[in-house]
Amino acid sequence: MVEFTLPKNSKVGKGKSYKAPEGAKRVRKFQVYRWNPDDGQNPRMDTYDVDLDKCGPMVLDALIKIKNEMDSTLTFRRSCREGICGSCAMNINGKNGLACTTGMDEVKGDVKITPLPHMEVVKDLVPDLTNFYAQYASIEPWLKTESPAPDRERLQTEDDRRKMDGLYECILCACCSTSCPSYWWNQDRYLGPAILLQAYRWIADSRDEHTGERLDNLEDPFRLYRCHTIMNCAHACPKGLNPAKAIAEIKKLMVERRA
Amino acid sequence: MSLRTPLGKVRGLGSAKEGTQHFWVQRVSAVALIPLTLWLVAELVCLTGAGRDEVLDFLSSPLQAILMLLLVIAGFYHLKLGIQVILEDYVHGEGAKLVTSLLNTFVCFAGGAVSVFAVLKIAFGG
Repeated sequence: MVEFTLPKNSKVGKGKSYKAPEGAKRVRKFQVYRWNPDDGQNPRMDTYDVDLDKCGPMVLDALIKIKNEMDSTLTFRRSCREGICGSCAMNINGKNGLACTTGMDEVKGDVKITPLPHMEVVKDLVPDLTNFYAQYASIEPWLKTESPAPDRERLQTEDDRRKMDGLYECILCACCSTSCPSYWWNQDRYLGPAILLQAYRWIADSRDEHTGERLDNLEDPFRLYRCHTIMNCAHACPKGLNPAKAIAEIKKLMVERRA
Repeated sequence: MSLRTPLGKVRGLGSAKEGTQHFWVQRVSAVALIPLTLWLVAELVCLTGAGRDEVLDFLSSPLQAILMLLLVIAGFYHLKLGIQVILEDYVHGEGAKLVTSLLNTFVCFAGGAVSVFAVLKIAFGG
């Protein structure tokens, strides 16, 4: 749904301030979005002064330091801390990315961290990805065949395998989808860049035998054609992928199968 | 409040199995409008300072009239398709979407019809 202003109960207020310990020389300010569903309060931005001399170089290192040493109530997702699980996707100084692979030196001034945009918030930096995962399930992301299963691996030429480069690397962190204005306005019906890239990963797979059905499932003014090639997805992807190109490939196949 | 499962909501009414025609025609009309718009700009430059009779004369030649008709038809059709996309993007209530879509169709077709009639009237010396 299009919303250009925040509802009253979502307006962000000024929060608490946490100072760095005495004697800290290199201090960086972190402004972090806080919201607790249980206290009935509006969201707020808390400020944490982090001592960089006692902290790792990544934004996630700072968040972990804050949680361990300054404020244990801060809530965020993280797991692998090396850009492969996609858990710590968040908005860092206006750009979606993974906190674990975003260096503090890549960000100028105070570091402002908010949850992925235009998603329901579960708590603090944790967005509700229920709809996102349901959309992923809807594209049936597994190999579908009609031919009897072979006794050995399903073979694929090197050229065919190369067609999945730039697709299989997606970690479903949702950075791209939540950077897409079309997804902001229509995420109830538009599948968004991440899921469409994943859909194309199976369409492009030479071993899959349900290409036509997969295209049928996507051929819809909302599911696919809400993509207006805004390209925020390619800009946001922390893995350097280009979901917009995958979507364009799907559209090309849609046109190709008509004539 | 809904007790439908997330997957049930996403699958919804299923795929409409359309959208490609709209996507394709929007591109075709866009491509057609490139040379037609360049032609229009060039002609407007040539006609700078021309009087009413001179412009009418110019528009009544078969080639110019046909190009103008093509421009008007491609332009209004492209406009209709573009506005439809904007409405689908931003207007969410089913009632409001229906009314604005109808309005868009009527206004664009009416504008196109008036323009076509005007070009023909000039071309056939009405």
